[in-house]
Amino acid sequence: MTEGDTVAPSARTSFDPAEVARFERLGEDWWNPRGAMRALHRLNPVRLAYIRDLAVRSLPAGDAPQTKGQRPLAGLAILDIGCGGGLLTEPLARLGASMTAIDPAPANIEVAKSHAARHGLHIDYRAITAEELAETGSTFDVVLAMEVVEHVTDMPAFVALACSFVRPGGLFVAATLNRSLRSFALAIIGAEYVLGWLPKGTHRWERFVTPEELAAAAGAAGVRIFDRRGAVYDVLLEAWRLSRDLSVNYMVAGRRQ
Amino acid sequence: MTATPPVSDVIIAGGGLAGLSLAVALKHEVDFISVAVCDPGFGHRQPGTRASAIAAGPRRMFERLGVWSEVEPKAQAILDMVITDSRVADPVRPALLGFAGDLEPGEPFAHMVFNDDLTLALETAARRSGVEIIAAAAATYVPSADAVWIELSNEERRDARLLVAADGARSRLREQARIGMVGWDYSQSGIVATLAHERDHEGRAEEHFLPAGPFATLPLPGRRSSIVWTERHEEAARLVALDRDSFMAELELRFGHKLGALTLIDQPRAFRLGLHVARSFVADRLALLGDAAHIIHPIAGQGLNLGLRDAAALAECIADHMHLGLDPGAPEPLAAYQRARRFDTVAMAASTDALNRLFSNDVLPVRLVRDFGLGLVDRLPGAKRFFMREAAGIVGATPRLMRGGISDPLPDAI
Repeated sequence: MTEGDTVAPSARTSFDPAEVARFERLGEDWWNPRGAMRALHRLNPVRLAYIRDLAVRSLPAGDAPQTKGQRPLAGLAILDIGCGGGLLTEPLARLGASMTAIDPAPANIEVAKSHAARHGLHIDYRAITAEELAETGSTFDVVLAMEVVEHVTDMPAFVALACSFVRPGGLFVAATLNRSLRSFALAIIGAEYVLGWLPKGTHRWERFVTPEELAAAAGAAGVRIFDRRGAVYDVLLEAWRLSRDLSVNYMVAGRRQ
Repeated sequence: MTATPPVSDVIIAGGGLAGLSLAVALKHEVDFISVAVCDPGFGHRQPGTRASAIAAGPRRMFERLGVWSEVEPKAQAILDMVITDSRVADPVRPALLGFAGDLEPGEPFAHMVFNDDLTLALETAARRSGVEIIAAAAATYVPSADAVWIELSNEERRDARLLVAADGARSRLREQARIGMVGWDYSQSGIVATLAHERDHEGRAEEHFLPAGPFATLPLPGRRSSIVWTERHEEAARLVALDRDSFMAELELRFGHKLGALTLIDQPRAFRLGLHVARSFVADRLALLGDAAHIIHPIAGQGLNLGLRDAAALAECIADHMHLGLDPGAPEPLAAYQRARRFDTVAMAASTDALNRLFSNDVLPVRLVRDFGLGLVDRLPGAKRFFMREAAGIVGATPRLMRGGISDPLPDAI
């Protein structure tokens, strides 16, 4: 199947069926830390820390914001768009957030539901597109678009839709890959071909998004981006850490006006 | 199907010093964690006179965990450490390397503590902080993608996200995980005994590098000392089999008369020495801790301290991941633990081995080289301070619980 060129880039069809099918084939491998998604497993702690600390500081629940308690995110309704097998959704639920997580691939949602049940977590998983969720009119304190904007056909339309789920004063957080020479070398050649961290064809470099493009798309939808943070892999520590270097993996956070 | 029991976050197999320290540290770092320790010895421990040197790093951890205040009144600070290089017949041994213990002003670099006192304080702290105490052994374990189930020796079944094998040098769980050990046995045994003496030791530890191996005296509270005396296996077996008077005659040759008349207050025992490190410190939903992960020559008193550093590091890895909502038995926290500990252990094992090989040698050129080397170390304040801090277990990637100063939480992500 060829990519999105058969699909008209509109707000109704920002997801790409070919991309969805590719992730759907992962099945139980989503949760195999040594499987195809091992790079995402390794990236998870730094993404979670960013989201947790941001939410606790920007949307404080009490007088003394606490990041290290059992449920620092209690009281927050969070939407995870493109949740896959639930790698990010589950820890956030454990931190107390009331999670809604959507993915257009029914097989992903099945994997996510069964895994959450085995871990005693209650998560509202739905096999629907963002467009379908929009019809319900739901809004959330925090909306996450983590590692998804580089997989959609129409990034600005998708970001506008995602931002529409954020309640006024709420947060929008996105993570993606920058379209830079370094990201071409590292994310495509390095991660997919040389190191084999990701299945070949996971990413299409021309769909990568620069921080400026992402901020412009969010701004047009009424979300002002106030933080940008790079994530770099530290070869000595064998772990990801936050950095000011946005040239490959990065995250942005914005607040809805 | 019968109802499955609730899943604990962490079950620790083995209620020794490292296992109990981990349990208390976990409760201290993550107030919502569920932890159980299983050991068939709970409730009927045999009292003993074994004592250990607790280095400054582990002592700081015990202070933070609130157990040190109970132990300190019964502990003896090591205020000075003298290392000499000599043969038994030498009338006066040159004090080549005198470590006056001054890491921080007023901070002794180690304390001698009776294992029973420390175990009791840790067990009390564990019960007080809500650690579940199970008087049974972990017989077998089966890991799965989501949890690990453990069959106890009382035929009960327990589930956990992570199982910690703190079940000692001959760890059954390590064998079940098919994790091999690399290393070798020495031709030496360590004789351990406790002595009473007439005069006060003034908090001084001594380590004499005799041709057969090191002979160490460590100050205990109340005019008592613990000795660790290294000899070849056959000689060690012969010595511990001697009657008291003959044994004491041999001991006095090495201990000397500077503290007056000596009395033996327990039965000397000999342990075969070896240097063994597990090929991996982790497996699926399993982490090795303490002697289950490494057995080193007790030449620098580092065996227990390595185990305590394991406990601090593992508690830190688990806490960091649980505070992000992550599964404590997933591969990431285990990989972080392996990275934090394995290098440290191998480095410590290699350096104590090198020390032992260098000093268990009576060849003249080797003696000259090491005398010169030790004299040099003594004249270089920086180098001496480095060795002292290394011996105190506070160099390198020190776990947060063992660092000096005020408790420093992880710098936040943003």
